[in-house]
Amino acid sequence: MQEHDLSYVRMEMINAQTAPERDRGVVRWLRTNLFATPIDTVLTLLAILLLAYTLPNFLRWAFVDSVWTGANREVCATVSQGGIQPDGWSGACWAFVNAKFAQFMYGRYPVFERWRVDYTAIAFVVLLVPLLIPRIPFKAINAALFFLVFPIAAYFLLVGGHFGLRYVPTSLWGGLLVTMVLSFVAIVISLPMGILLALGRRSKLPVIKMISVIIIETVRGVPLVSVLFMASVMLPLFLPAGMTFDRFLRALVGLSIFASAYMAEVVRGGLQAIPKGQYEGASSLGLGYWQSMRLIVLPQALKLVIPGIVNTFIGLFKDTSLVYIIGMFDLLGIVRQNFADASWASPQTPMSGLIFAGFVFWMFCFGMSRYSIFMERRLDTGHKK
Amino acid sequence: MASQTQVSGAEPARASWINDPKFRGIFFQLVVAAAIIAFVWWIVGNTTENLRRANIASGFGFLNGRSGFDLSQSLIAYSSNSTFGRALVVGLLNTMLVAVTGIITATIVGFIVGIGRLSKNWLIARICTVYVEVFRNIPPLLVIFFWYLGVLSVLPGPRDSVDLPLGSYLNNRGLFLPRVIWDQAAWVIPVSIAAAIIAIVAIGIWARRRQAATGRIFPMFRVGLAIFIGLPVITYFLAGSPATVELPELSTFNIRGGWTIRPEFLSLYLALSFYTASFIAEIVRAGVLGVSKGQSEAAYSLGLSPRRTLRLVVVPQALRIIIPPLTSQYLNLTKNSSLAIAVGYADLVAIGQTTMNQTGQAIEVVAIWMVVYLGLSLLTSGFMNWYNAKMALVER
Repeated sequence: MQEHDLSYVRMEMINAQTAPERDRGVVRWLRTNLFATPIDTVLTLLAILLLAYTLPNFLRWAFVDSVWTGANREVCATVSQGGIQPDGWSGACWAFVNAKFAQFMYGRYPVFERWRVDYTAIAFVVLLVPLLIPRIPFKAINAALFFLVFPIAAYFLLVGGHFGLRYVPTSLWGGLLVTMVLSFVAIVISLPMGILLALGRRSKLPVIKMISVIIIETVRGVPLVSVLFMASVMLPLFLPAGMTFDRFLRALVGLSIFASAYMAEVVRGGLQAIPKGQYEGASSLGLGYWQSMRLIVLPQALKLVIPGIVNTFIGLFKDTSLVYIIGMFDLLGIVRQNFADASWASPQTPMSGLIFAGFVFWMFCFGMSRYSIFMERRLDTGHKK
Repeated sequence: MASQTQVSGAEPARASWINDPKFRGIFFQLVVAAAIIAFVWWIVGNTTENLRRANIASGFGFLNGRSGFDLSQSLIAYSSNSTFGRALVVGLLNTMLVAVTGIITATIVGFIVGIGRLSKNWLIARICTVYVEVFRNIPPLLVIFFWYLGVLSVLPGPRDSVDLPLGSYLNNRGLFLPRVIWDQAAWVIPVSIAAAIIAIVAIGIWARRRQAATGRIFPMFRVGLAIFIGLPVITYFLAGSPATVELPELSTFNIRGGWTIRPEFLSLYLALSFYTASFIAEIVRAGVLGVSKGQSEAAYSLGLSPRRTLRLVVVPQALRIIIPPLTSQYLNLTKNSSLAIAVGYADLVAIGQTTMNQTGQAIEVVAIWMVVYLGLSLLTSGFMNWYNAKMALVER
């Protein structure tokens, strides 16, 4: 040890000092998050003004001045419009949503048969929820039930005509039922079809590759509205005379083709991100093409593109609303159709109905996107850079 | 599976030709091609048979026929005596009008919201997040209906129009703005704008050369903006103000004069802009976050000011990430403009559908749609690929 000649050595630590008054608590939070610079202050004040102008008005419209129950339009119209509300009144007409709620859910599905829709919905939820929670076992059986048994059972239950159930033509379906059926079937079809198209596009066989590219690029290049028109107007032309099929099925064909093309591009992105060594490793293990795709490449590729896949699902769910244009009534379509109901027509009806429909769509889409973020984190094995 | 195999010294047995990948490849391709050709043959056969039975002559001759329907909005002269072909051109122009205006607005709103979500200001970031999460998760058709049925059509009639600044009115017939009527001498304005652009380019070249030679920086942006705005304004006054403003006039049942934006266009334009802006905002946010922090730190340590860091280091690299998805959003907006049919705005798809109903020429109309939309897609993606290649990282 060396001798140090230090004139002063502190022998005990000084006590920790409390943070300066302004650097703690609400004041500090406000200073750093809202009023950090002059520009920030101006922006914050503008934002507060905006909120103060819109939010109370909206809340009053939606909750305070709104009408929740009523028999007809009179509760939602002012005196001068032939109603009971004072002139100048403005509030949401939830009574309209309340009165039409069953229609928004089932469309014109016969009232005494609606238990069939309810049971389908219950089976859907009962099978879907355990599939989504990673901790619950028996995923393989669950998935088989959900993707193979459930659609067939749902078909017989919803359409009927067998086992003593009354036949309910799809022209009577409507509302959320149509939205859910269309998006579920299109989602279930589009994922395998998209994978096949994506593999085809990356195939070494020129004919297969060309066909896949043509299908993908043509469908992606045109709007969904025109694909739906094509499905509803041109499919009957393509089939032999006398062979027709249901408008519902035509919409389903259009939606599925459209979603498959988009899915194919998402999956292709994942396939391209897999390093070449994985393909070569699979080959050197003696795996054939389908084996190496099924066991090595696709599990990794699909995991990479989960956000893209879920985004496609969300897009598809939103796009089902376009079937309104070819004369079918999904949730948005049936809400829109009910604005024409003379017994409920009032200036407040459209806004209330649309906000309700928007809220339902929003819940489904937001739920899907949150779940995809959760899944992405869970499956992240740290191999991404 | 894992049985023991004897390894003999003899040459390996040739695999059966059934297992030869080359043979298999050719075989499968032949099968698929044959199946597709048979399928197309079947469809073509059915279609010709169906068309013959329905007495529909195929071909594009119908485009010269008299359309017989009126259109609410058209950029070129059109009446019900015009041909179907001209009607479809009107539709194409209307599609492009709403697409271009929508793209411009969506880009501006999207960039503001995207940057706002990254702001350190808590309130601004929250508001922008709520905006994005709301608009991203509802169908665009619903947003269109919201504006059309929920807002614009419940506005008061012309008599009780909402007064807006600058002599404009808003009512259930649309938005009425003052119209500028240009005089004969107004040709000097476009000439002066062209001159301003030439001057800016020339000064830009000079500034770059001077900076390369001496290192002195010329305030290009401010000078350029001053020239671009100043020159036309000065010309306008020198030419003796060659324009008059026509204000919309309120009468009992309607509004005369001025410049009208119809509710159909307005709702479609607003809905597409706000809906697409939420996606653009996410793209912008991802792009800015994608530039690693070391880049801006390195720029600061080189002595660049925050603004120059942003302009020279962060934005070019962020744009590289932003451009490709931005392109597909522009294409989506263009394709979503076909939702016009739901509110009766006369775009290409809406007019095509009317034509289809009147003439029965479904195949031809769908072919026109495909050619136009595919053409627009290819044009946009071609331009963007070129731009992308120009911006791409040059790796050595």
